[in-house]
Amino acid sequence: MKLRSAIHLASAALALAMLASGAPAGAADKVDPAADAKAFRKFFTDKFPKVKLDDFVNGPYSMNEDLHKQWEEKEQFPPYEFSLEMGKEMFSKPFKNGKSYEDCFPNKGIGIRQNYPYFDEKEGKVITLELALNRCREANGEPPFSYVRDEMAALTAYMAFTSRGKPFDIKIPNDPRALEAYQNGKEYFYTRRGQLNFSCATCHVQSPGERIRAEVLAPALGIMNAMPIYRSEWSGMGTTSRRFTTCNSQIRGVPLSPQDDEYRNVEYYLSYVSNGLPISGPGARP
Amino acid sequence: MRNMMQKSALMLALLAAGAVPTLAAGSEDDFKAAYAAAEAANKEAGSLRNQWTTTAATLAAAKKSADAGDFDKATASAKEAEALAKASIFQATSEKTRWKDLEIR
Repeated sequence: MKLRSAIHLASAALALAMLASGAPAGAADKVDPAADAKAFRKFFTDKFPKVKLDDFVNGPYSMNEDLHKQWEEKEQFPPYEFSLEMGKEMFSKPFKNGKSYEDCFPNKGIGIRQNYPYFDEKEGKVITLELALNRCREANGEPPFSYVRDEMAALTAYMAFTSRGKPFDIKIPNDPRALEAYQNGKEYFYTRRGQLNFSCATCHVQSPGERIRAEVLAPALGIMNAMPIYRSEWSGMGTTSRRFTTCNSQIRGVPLSPQDDEYRNVEYYLSYVSNGLPISGPGARP
Repeated sequence: MRNMMQKSALMLALLAAGAVPTLAAGSEDDFKAAYAAAEAANKEAGSLRNQWTTTAATLAAAKKSADAGDFDKATASAKEAEALAKASIFQATSEKTRWKDLEIR
């Protein structure tokens, strides 16, 4: 009798536990990028109901009216203009073998920024624009550029400029490896690291619009759309790779190498959840 | 935001401090043993893709003190570096599941 009561009690407790946890085991771990993107957008539009959806791509300038005015003035003589000119010139200059960047990209590389990064099913990995540019150089006998220096920033600035206004259109093919890359990118985004115990989300989900020292933090929604950026703090241009590595070192974490899988995956995740928002790069930031 | 930073830093500082044993006067051998333990822990953090810049800086400080012949200071720094590396390992391990707490759903 006692044993039967105990079994009943245990069964009831188990049922309650399952009810409390909601969905059955396994369902909670299902990767659903479309649902993620919807929830992501809702989070930010609920948090900042006065900000127009397309304005999130302007980062800290979308969070503060005074900063927005400063940005509008800055855009009259944008600080990234020199980089843009340099990128245009570099992009059209043929390699030593007579070919050029045009030969490596669809539509000769014009107006395609919104499709990067993409998942390469042949390779089974995420390909970012920066990576594709260096692969193009190497395939044509040219040395790769540093991922964090001016040349790469100039090239990506020009390519972003030719896509301005086009909505991000990142695809996740029906391939378990693509879903895994997306999920790994999401995990990286939310994982705390460094001695300060910060994740990307600590600043860009929990605290956008607030200050960290003198900086106003940008929302994660639309954060990739403005890349590459001119940062007054850097007195120069910065690539996506530069942004990720400096974020890591600022929280006292040792950065990984630019274009390591983790960075490629987090760029994939962040770009996907900003699908539909316009490319605004190159951007300028305080 | 500042509160959050302070709390996070404090939590990890406490974690690191708790792992540091009472320091005794150190010889060159003590230093070598402490340094090897710190390097091993930092290597493990590296395999988890989660090294801290402060661990590297503290390891460098330990080496500098040892080169100058101050083995007490060098051993103390090496032990501090080991504690930092162990904290980074703890962080990487616990975040394997904890990251989901922050996720937008």
